[in-house]
Amino acid sequence: MAESLSVFRGDRLVLDDVSLTLHAGEAMLLTGPNGAGKSTLLRVLAGLRRPDSGTLLWDNTPIQEDRTTHAARVAYLGHQDALKPSLSVLENLHLFARAGGGSIPDALTAVDLLPLADLPARLLSAGQKRRAALARVLLAKAPLWLLDEPSLGLDANAIVLLGQAIAHHRAQGGVVIATTHVPLPLDDVRHLALPGAPPPVDRWWDEQGDEETRLLQTEAEEW
Amino acid sequence: MVSLFCAVIFRDLRLALRHGADTLGAVLFFILTGTLFPLALGPSPDLLRHMAPGIIWVCALLAALLPLDRLFGAELEDGSLDQLLLIGLPPSLVALAKMTAHWLTTGLPLLIAAVPLAIMLGLPASTLPILLAGLLLGSMVLSLVGGMGASIVLGARRGGVLLPLLVLPLITPALIFGAAAIDAARTGLPWAPDLELLGAFLAGAIPLCPLAAGAGLRAAVE
Repeated sequence: MAESLSVFRGDRLVLDDVSLTLHAGEAMLLTGPNGAGKSTLLRVLAGLRRPDSGTLLWDNTPIQEDRTTHAARVAYLGHQDALKPSLSVLENLHLFARAGGGSIPDALTAVDLLPLADLPARLLSAGQKRRAALARVLLAKAPLWLLDEPSLGLDANAIVLLGQAIAHHRAQGGVVIATTHVPLPLDDVRHLALPGAPPPVDRWWDEQGDEETRLLQTEAEEW
Repeated sequence: MVSLFCAVIFRDLRLALRHGADTLGAVLFFILTGTLFPLALGPSPDLLRHMAPGIIWVCALLAALLPLDRLFGAELEDGSLDQLLLIGLPPSLVALAKMTAHWLTTGLPLLIAAVPLAIMLGLPASTLPILLAGLLLGSMVLSLVGGMGASIVLGARRGGVLLPLLVLPLITPALIFGAAAIDAARTGLPWAPDLELLGAFLAGAIPLCPLAAGAGLRAAVE
């Protein structure tokens, strides 16, 4: 389970020569200032967005070859909770339970939302909506979790639940990549700092020894 | 994959039920605009009978255009489109499911509402089956072509204005054949060729429109 070397350009150069490799059970936190391209990187990893150069590999197979297959491997939590206000929590999750094969009661229990399952999503608070969106990630039963600010709006108790869910996922061999501005309760996590728009860093890498080289490399390019 | 496809359709149907006013809006628009014609043209039965096929078809096309803007627009705005593209269905099938839901919630009610409108405008009862057959094919074509247009203008500023400009020219063949079939039936000419051409148009749209719409959805989330 590996990914390597993704490079991406938008209208402006958002991500420049970013590389990362993750193995089963690993977690990575993406940090960096606003506009550094954290969300963009997650969307590229999800296959929602095409990198302008560079390749993404999953088990040594380029994901561009079959983005639909890759989509089934990904559980993506975006900035938006993607809940339909008029549908109940249960109805909102129904389609995704069908897609991923997860059990809705289990997922709702994991985010402590089971008592509110029949409530229309418009009546939920921001944090409860976020938990419903997290339940959808659990339902996907996907090996790769891409979480964009998962703790947004969550209370302390829910953040603990999030940490447990991530730990459980990793224990089953899943991979988690999350962006965050606040500390998340994760053990043994790797960090990738994206430099942001005016790249102040020339070269920055982080090696944590296993036999595999885990190389995080961010190169600044002069304009 | 089939069950997932159906699940997307059911989700849209459920949403349409919850937003009943939006769903009924297109049908009410259809009936209202249809009833405006006798008021504007005068109540001459001959004139109305003569113009009825055209009136019904044009009103049906315009009414079916109304909800197209929100077909993918609402999904893009709240982030659901990302999730729909990640459930493991090819984007073209996601688009086809949404188009099917559009037809079930707009095309089918319009078909039913066309009957009272046709009777009101004085179309002979013998032409009603041909009107319905033509509208059945035509509304499916409109859902397909319209869905394609909606996905292409997705994310564009003023997409709601662009959409009819893009879709209406593409849909003119369906309008011509559909209205001509009723005219032919009314005057006793063979109407089958017109409906067959309409069917051919639908047969071409079924594979092509979802493919184009899928590419449009991919481009919209980038």
